[in-house]
Amino acid sequence: MKKLLQTLRELWRDPMGRISLIGILLIILMAIFAPQLSHFKPDKMVGMPKASLSAQFWFGTDNYGRDIFSRIVYGARVSLQVGLIAVGIGATAGYVLGLIAGYFEGWVDRVIMCLMDILFAFPSILLAILISTVLGRGLVPTMVAIGIVNIPVFARTVRASVISAKGLEYVENARSVGVKTWPILIRHISPNVVAPFTVQATLALSSAILTEASMSFLGLGIQPPASSWGSMLNEARTFMEQAPWMAIFPALFIIITILLFNIMGDSLRDVLDPKLKL
Amino acid sequence: MEHLLELRNLSIDLPRGKRQSPVKLVEGVDLTVRKKQNFGVVGESGCGKSITCSAIMGLLSYPLTVGAGSSIRFLKENGEELEITSLSPAELRKLRGKDISMIFQEPMTALDPMYTIEEQINETLRFHTSLSKPEMHEAALAMLKKVKIPRPEQILKDYPHHLSGGMLQRVMIAIALINNPRLLIADEPTTALDVTIQAQILDLMNELRESYDTSVIMITHDLGVIAETCEEVAVFYAGQVVEQASVEEIFRAAAHPYTAGLLKSVTSLGGEEKMLYTIQGAVPTAGNFGQGCRFADRCEYCESRCRESAPALTEISPGHLCRCWLHAPGKEAAQ
Repeated sequence: MKKLLQTLRELWRDPMGRISLIGILLIILMAIFAPQLSHFKPDKMVGMPKASLSAQFWFGTDNYGRDIFSRIVYGARVSLQVGLIAVGIGATAGYVLGLIAGYFEGWVDRVIMCLMDILFAFPSILLAILISTVLGRGLVPTMVAIGIVNIPVFARTVRASVISAKGLEYVENARSVGVKTWPILIRHISPNVVAPFTVQATLALSSAILTEASMSFLGLGIQPPASSWGSMLNEARTFMEQAPWMAIFPALFIIITILLFNIMGDSLRDVLDPKLKL
Repeated sequence: MEHLLELRNLSIDLPRGKRQSPVKLVEGVDLTVRKKQNFGVVGESGCGKSITCSAIMGLLSYPLTVGAGSSIRFLKENGEELEITSLSPAELRKLRGKDISMIFQEPMTALDPMYTIEEQINETLRFHTSLSKPEMHEAALAMLKKVKIPRPEQILKDYPHHLSGGMLQRVMIAIALINNPRLLIADEPTTALDVTIQAQILDLMNELRESYDTSVIMITHDLGVIAETCEEVAVFYAGQVVEQASVEEIFRAAAHPYTAGLLKSVTSLGGEEKMLYTIQGAVPTAGNFGQGCRFADRCEYCESRCRESAPALTEISPGHLCRCWLHAPGKEAAQ
């Protein structure tokens, strides 16, 4: 906990880190206070279809006359939810698998990493589509699918750190006094994994949001009338010429969110890397 | 079994896949450590002394394995004999830190920077005893006093980076001895310390060994350390024991040319200035030993027989073993 605060403080000191922290905080607040922020229900027809930007409809309305601003605000909930839960699934599973593969080596390692390589071989969108075809459409299957896609990246990152930590003398020392395997993994090896793991998690967060948007754009993710930034883009596709605002604003929010998470991942890497410290 | 530890025909394999036979990194090692004995193991880097000791602890790291036909037998306090090579991981864990402990070379890196000294001492206690927290605190405190650490109360609360190398090595010794082990393996315990601290640590170890009745295996490449602490020495070269004798015997009448070379290359303070003696050549790589004596290429007494077949470890005088054709029985007869 103390370390978390310290990391955040150092992140704040970095200008890029500060920008990303503020931006992400705003998006989180937007998702939390969606009902207060939006003037309309996101799935109610409240105006003329394809109405242009106005004081009433800040980002215009879509082809059904729904307020785009409200839909974007509510869409932030979907994006963040998908991002966090999907990364949560991928990170947890990847962490456990990576820990086991890295520590035990031998055939356990070969079996796990072979499975990971198979998952890795598919382009992530393709694999997510494949999994969601099996699991069905909607929010939960999308999150699970994106989570599974994320497992191999985490497993690899964690495994590499575990292998390098395993050779440390204090780990060997712990083994030489008879400490059991799991306490060694949790108490002595895990702290060495935290830094690369955290960086990987922020980067995976942005890619999860992007994957959700892509899947919804393809019609596989979030199903109407619920709104997600990706599905809004999908609906906007056919009306690009008559109502460009239908596409521009969701796209803008996707770009900004992903950019913010990537920037945060970058500066987090600088903050957590002891080698870059003087 | 009357001795504390017996290694018989110990070999350590590095597998090379199914089709090739494994490389033997250590081969045919027979060692006997008696109760309360201080046993020295000398040899240069990579000669197999450290992995031999890892094998005794059951700590060989993947993919190394103990070869077929090897035996490591250990006598427990209650008279029970254990064959370490056939113990399960859980049984090995019970042994490590309780009956056999180890001290490492680098005290600076052998303690986890995340935890206080007390937590690290408690870790050893927790797995082998059922002491309550206050009792563990008392035990840790008493142990730190025994290794002569000043302000032990304060030190318990400190993190490893607060302490100096010498202090950390004392903490390591405290951790290793806190469960009163029967055997302590010290893997170059003084190499990373400066000379004055070295002497203090060696004195401390000698003192504690007497009060704890613990046998010590001292791994080192420093013959000075051996002279100061050990009773018996085994000299390792390229994965084999080439000579084994009591310390007096080794220093008085080293038989193997390699041991003689090691002794000649010791520097001494205040001696006359001279070029440091070096043994020519380099240690052959494991797996390319050839059929002859492994030291043949570097030996100044090398003869044709040395390249044709390997000598066996033979007793040249009571308690003095040597692996060299120069001292093989019936040498004249063979020629």
